[in-house]
Amino acid sequence: MEFLSQTWHWSISGFLIGVVMLLLIYFGKTFGMSSNLRSLCSMTGVGKRVAFFDWDWKAQRWNLVVAFGAFIGGFIAVTYLHDNSNVSINPKTIQQMEAMGIDAPNGKLLPDALFQDPSPYMIFILILGGILIGFGSRYAGGCTSGHAISGLSNLQMPSLKAVMGFFIGGLVMAHFLLPLIFTA
Amino acid sequence: MNLLKYVLVGILFGMVLTKTEAVSWYRIYEMFHFQSFHMYGIIGTAIATGLIGIQIIKRKKLKDLHGQPIEILDKEQGNVRYWVGGILFGLGWALVGACPGPLFILIGAGFYNVLWVLGGAVFGTFLYGVVKEKLPH
Repeated sequence: MEFLSQTWHWSISGFLIGVVMLLLIYFGKTFGMSSNLRSLCSMTGVGKRVAFFDWDWKAQRWNLVVAFGAFIGGFIAVTYLHDNSNVSINPKTIQQMEAMGIDAPNGKLLPDALFQDPSPYMIFILILGGILIGFGSRYAGGCTSGHAISGLSNLQMPSLKAVMGFFIGGLVMAHFLLPLIFTA
Repeated sequence: MNLLKYVLVGILFGMVLTKTEAVSWYRIYEMFHFQSFHMYGIIGTAIATGLIGIQIIKRKKLKDLHGQPIEILDKEQGNVRYWVGGILFGLGWALVGACPGPLFILIGAGFYNVLWVLGGAVFGTFLYGVVKEKLPH
């Protein structure tokens, strides 16, 4: 079991993510997780008032089922396959984060500074991050799965633009904005 | 069971992303600071695997599960939506360390405060739907 509980090597995981995308193509579907956010909006019945959500989301139910499976997969992985050696990131990264008051991983997936009993300020940050993810992925027509994996492996120029955008935004946040947000 | 195969694919996806720590805020931070090859290796290998698979599908004109020819649609052409939407997404990705897939995975993994992020993401999607017609694409 140890080989399953230690951190999975990038080559194996990358290959398996490619397989997930190809399996969905074989099922006659496409790999893209952010479409589920649109379905979740439509489920509330808001399609009566906003045309963008008036679409056949029920034909996309299979994708919500994939997301449900992913939810179960996350549960299985942390409940049965956890190991304290997990998330051994670069020691330099840990030092850098400590300067911003963010705790070291020590086997945890997420920092307590953001996700453990968040203050109202941190809840605001989490919601803000979510809004950027939701708005940005729909504006760009896809997220990491839809553009970086599905789009680039099909040599789509629009996806390359979107992925370059992901990295510009990510670099600005990680290098310039995070230090401001966390030392505020 | 028609839907069972989607549950199973989802479980595989969720386990892989958790065990390779692509759902980890720390890994995303480390990636954007170029302090590890890990995330680049994952994304690169996934693209390479997909690229080879899609080339085989196209050259051999393979059929899907239902016997229909597999058709992979091209993305719409455009500029503003990809650059601006992409940058906004990237800001959020590096802030909360998760993209849409990992949101579902992390909640399953018991990180209930990720629900704030998911709620924000659904609301952000809603906002896009409201202002879509006024935005350049």
